[in-house]
Amino acid sequence: MNTRARFESEVMRHLSAAYNLARWLTRNDADAQDVTQEAALRAFRYFDGFRGGDARVWLLTIVRNTFYSMRAGAPQEHPLEDFEEILEQRADENTPDPEALLLRVADARQLRAALEALPPEHREILVLREFEECSYKEIAAITQLKIGTVMSRLARARERLQRVLGAEASS
Amino acid sequence: MNCPEARVLLHAYLDDELDAPRSAEMDRHLAECEACRSHYRNLEALQQSLRAPTLYQHAPAGLAARIRAQLPGEPGSRSSRRRWHWPGLSAALAALLLIAVALAGLQAIQMRARGNDALIAEAVSDHQRSLLAEHLIDVRSSDQHTVKPWFDGRLDFSPQVKDLRAQGFELVGGRLDVLDGRRVAALVYKRHLHMINVFEWPAGSNGSDINSPGRDGYRVIGWTQGDMRFLAVSDTSDLEAFVRDFHGAPALVAEPR
Repeated sequence: MNTRARFESEVMRHLSAAYNLARWLTRNDADAQDVTQEAALRAFRYFDGFRGGDARVWLLTIVRNTFYSMRAGAPQEHPLEDFEEILEQRADENTPDPEALLLRVADARQLRAALEALPPEHREILVLREFEECSYKEIAAITQLKIGTVMSRLARARERLQRVLGAEASS
Repeated sequence: MNCPEARVLLHAYLDDELDAPRSAEMDRHLAECEACRSHYRNLEALQQSLRAPTLYQHAPAGLAARIRAQLPGEPGSRSSRRRWHWPGLSAALAALLLIAVALAGLQAIQMRARGNDALIAEAVSDHQRSLLAEHLIDVRSSDQHTVKPWFDGRLDFSPQVKDLRAQGFELVGGRLDVLDGRRVAALVYKRHLHMINVFEWPAGSNGSDINSPGRDGYRVIGWTQGDMRFLAVSDTSDLEAFVRDFHGAPALVAEPR
């Protein structure tokens, strides 16, 4: 089978996954299409170096790298985590009523807005886990994080999302 | 397990990423702690809401086609429309263009040699892929009378298949492959543990002989015989002998079917 045919059967079928991640990272359709397109072309260029493995994980890794290189800056790691610690401590002081939260969570439009309000590091990890249903190991491969960091960042992302939703619920 | 510990591990528990002993510990803790149970229900509800199909962003119609049109080798490919601007990239492109123009003259001279180099590289990578992808053969037979008819109807030419068992090269089978942008017959022979791929297609105009150390330890020998072009690739040290034998062996005449 030639390269084009292999690329088609192994990579192009994950285009929706690629677009979904790009769409949530860029938060608009036009940029998401640009990122997806650029990532697919890069994937094709590197395809000879792709030795088996999970093509979806591989493509999502390229999409993520493409996004961060296109917006000209690596994700900020440490300042975010420090900031998170502070937020976390404050949040513990007035946790919203869990029952009220449950009721609000069902609204897709609010969820979308809340997700888009998160920093990209939190958005991408939630997209990978909840939309793409990636395992921690796969997320670690895509984001180049340790599995332990994947777990703690996912926990923070979810708690932050809950706080955003909770804040809306109580306002 | 205490509550602060549970709050951290609750996420991995939800995602089914906890090992069995800790998962069992979590079960016990949740059974006796109302606060953590409520926390867990919240996380579960959040996860279920997030997995609502309306939130998933599917690729818009036309995106795949636009990407395909941009892949190299696709007719009608055009440069991508850019909404984002990267001065750095434009500069890099301009520099590349300059280099390309400067190299154009040189390239014209080297065209013939480069044509062979590209062919050799492609033949070696076809050979390697045939070994890696476990797609060595489409028709498995040591009988040339089985292998040759298999190609009929699959190619627009009739490849020569030769019996070299007496010379120590066993015919394993054949498959279709692509070389230099066209469908070719690939014959697979075996010498001890070494595989030999012989690619075969109707000779074009430029059929110079090739005897190249190739790449990655695979030697490539190319020759033209009659109106057919041949390229043999292998890591066996007996490739030259193989080519001599293949060249000298009588071609199978068309079989009555």
